Amino acid sequence: MSEWVGVALFIMAGLAFGVVGIGVSFLVHPRSKNRYKLETYECGIPVEGSAWGRFKAQYFTFALIFVIFDVEVIYLYPWAVSFVQLGLAGLVKMFIFIFILVLGLWYAWKEGALEWK
Amino acid sequence: MENVYELIAFILLGGMVLGSALLVVTLKNLVHSVLSLIVTFIAVAGIFLLLNADFLAAVQVLVYAGGVCIMVVFGVMLIQRSDIAESNPVNWRFGFAALLGGGIFILIGMFAARSQWMIAGTEVPKDTVGTFAPILLTDFVIPFEVAAILLTVALTGALLLVKEVKANGDRS
Repeated sequence: MSEWVGVALFIMAGLAFGVVGIGVSFLVHPRSKNRYKLETYECGIPVEGSAWGRFKAQYFTFALIFVIFDVEVIYLYPWAVSFVQLGLAGLVKMFIFIFILVLGLWYAWKEGALEWK
Repeated sequence: MENVYELIAFILLGGMVLGSALLVVTLKNLVHSVLSLIVTFIAVAGIFLLLNADFLAAVQVLVYAGGVCIMVVFGVMLIQRSDIAESNPVNWRFGFAALLGGGIFILIGMFAARSQWMIAGTEVPKDTVGTFAPILLTDFVIPFEVAAILLTVALTGALLLVKEVKANGDRS
């Protein structure tokens, strides 16, 4: 249990890092109000339209491939923890596992799902 | 002393779960709702850690906070029709919701009070992942490889669906 105290402290320090930075900046920063301050980019190309538009469906293929390999990592994790104990047999079994998944990736590659059109 | 810290952690995490879950329901923008859903999932992972279920906590963060939320975000982004700032309208029927939620809570509480809790004969192992991996790669190696096939089938099936859309004309 106690090993997670470090994680809790890390999360708290991370939160404090953001909150204190933004808070101090809010207290001391000079205030000037004009139209350009409210724009997304203070200088550069004027922004057109809303950022909440619809996105190209092709992002979805990347998301799908990500989710598949995200689930794969769950199986890699226990294997990696007891890697030494499992030995060569575990290595071979894991290679079979990854090979089957790489077939899926090969198909995705072949179909051009990884290319941006 | 250890138990006091655990209690404090449990109250903090439980508060996070309840608060962020409430935000999921009440926030107007569906994308913001998904963001607080991620906070809910991570707090639930923290509760799993309190219960000494390390592996489940890792799965919770990886699959739920990572994978499921990405799927939800894409679902929202792709099927969106009108203004997203008003995509999650709130229905303030507190009375009805309280009645339903309270009823379910009482029902679950009744069953929890009635059931006989089995106490495990052996002590809960400290290292859950270390004992889990050898079983997965020996006794359950066939289901383990079948899981890989299932994932590949899911991937190819999803890609086939996307390809079908492209063949019918890309209108995005």
